[in-house]
Amino acid sequence: MDSFLNGPVIEMLRDPILYIGLGYGLLLTLQISGLSIVLSFGFGTVLGSMRYSKLPVLSQLATTYIEVIRNLPTLLLILVSYFVLGLPAMWAATIGLTIYTSAIIAEIIRGGLNSVSSGQWEAARSQGFTFLQSMRYIVLPPAVVKMTPAIVSQFVTVIKDSSFAMAIGAYELMFKGTILAAKYWKPSQIITIYVVISLVYFVINFTISTIARRMQTRMSAGRGSIGG
Amino acid sequence: MSDLLARIGFLQEGPFAIPRWTALFANIDVLRDGALITLLVASLGLVMALALGTAIGVMSTSHWRVPRALARVYVEFFQNTPLLIQVFMLYNAIPLIWPGLFIPVITIGVFGVGMYHGAYIAEVVRAGIQSIGRGQLEAALSQGFSYVGAMRHIIIPQAMRIVLPPLTNQAVNLIKNTSVIAIIAGGDLMYAGDSFAGRYGHYGPTYIVVGLGYFLMCFPLAIWTRRLEERTREA
Repeated sequence: MDSFLNGPVIEMLRDPILYIGLGYGLLLTLQISGLSIVLSFGFGTVLGSMRYSKLPVLSQLATTYIEVIRNLPTLLLILVSYFVLGLPAMWAATIGLTIYTSAIIAEIIRGGLNSVSSGQWEAARSQGFTFLQSMRYIVLPPAVVKMTPAIVSQFVTVIKDSSFAMAIGAYELMFKGTILAAKYWKPSQIITIYVVISLVYFVINFTISTIARRMQTRMSAGRGSIGG
Repeated sequence: MSDLLARIGFLQEGPFAIPRWTALFANIDVLRDGALITLLVASLGLVMALALGTAIGVMSTSHWRVPRALARVYVEFFQNTPLLIQVFMLYNAIPLIWPGLFIPVITIGVFGVGMYHGAYIAEVVRAGIQSIGRGQLEAALSQGFSYVGAMRHIIIPQAMRIVLPPLTNQAVNLIKNTSVIAIIAGGDLMYAGDSFAGRYGHYGPTYIVVGLGYFLMCFPLAIWTRRLEERTREA
């Protein structure tokens, strides 16, 4: 323990280069995951609605996409975006993550829509609600309650998986940390760097997970849905 | 026929050209060996994840505060940090703490996905246990069931129905996540594909075949998950 905490670690922790390096890494991590989250929320909503729709062509297209992508590793999709599509590293990571996450979000959205029984839907239509009105006032409120926590916790997965971008040399947090670990080569310094990066990811993700869990308890307490 | 093919430009050059496919299939045993390593890491990792997940899931429903807190810390740490860091810690940090200790990459992969998905499985197991009301166990015991009998005939059959769909879903995620060991030269399917593709530049065909490999491993499990989900919904 003595050799762990004396000299080199403290010296490294006083070095601004460490924080500048990790700071830039964190910025890219947030940029990649933030963009992926926004893009996959949009694309996932479209896909999920396509799959939910009664139009066979649309729903089969969406089903095929979802079933193929869900069963592929995210890392493979990032590598394909980089080497086959030839995108620059930051965009390859963003697009790779988006291709995967859209499929997951589409499934969450379809699950939420399906959780509203068709009886409620028919009841709304029989009372003269238009398609959009039934969606807006009858189907969406309970469906959104069902899917929001799952979508929010999917964001945690995106932030964690953005670390795969190091495989294509994007200077995100994980890769920056590994580079810094090579600069401060002493064992105690390397271990400290990994602990620091873990803590950064942990603080961000734990905050999001806690929000997701709170939402779940609050929403399942009955706002906007009948019988939970 | 070959004359016709020769005239179609993209079949002769470009990322998906025919020569690239023939080169790949001449070396297909490289990918096959990688796929076997992926299967090995995935199956050992799944065994470890199930064992850890069950133990930690049971701990988190305990009446005592200490095991409950330990289980919570474990789950929160592993669910909120990237698998890649955990793998790097095993790969880089352990040999620094115990100099001379050599851990084979496959073992790192097994421990990596085992501990990571163990945290997710712990949550599944906890939810399964908590979904069965205490009253049921008490009722069974009062009717003369032994503890083991009550578990065997009353609690576990009901818990399995709730637990099985998310468990198979975790198995799919575990198989896919074994691919991170490619980043530490794990010799798995992703690594085999990536290094073959990188050596000759045959990225297109190689990634298609690698993707097909993962798809064939995961899709049957995904279909089974859906069946189980539908059965649970009907019940």
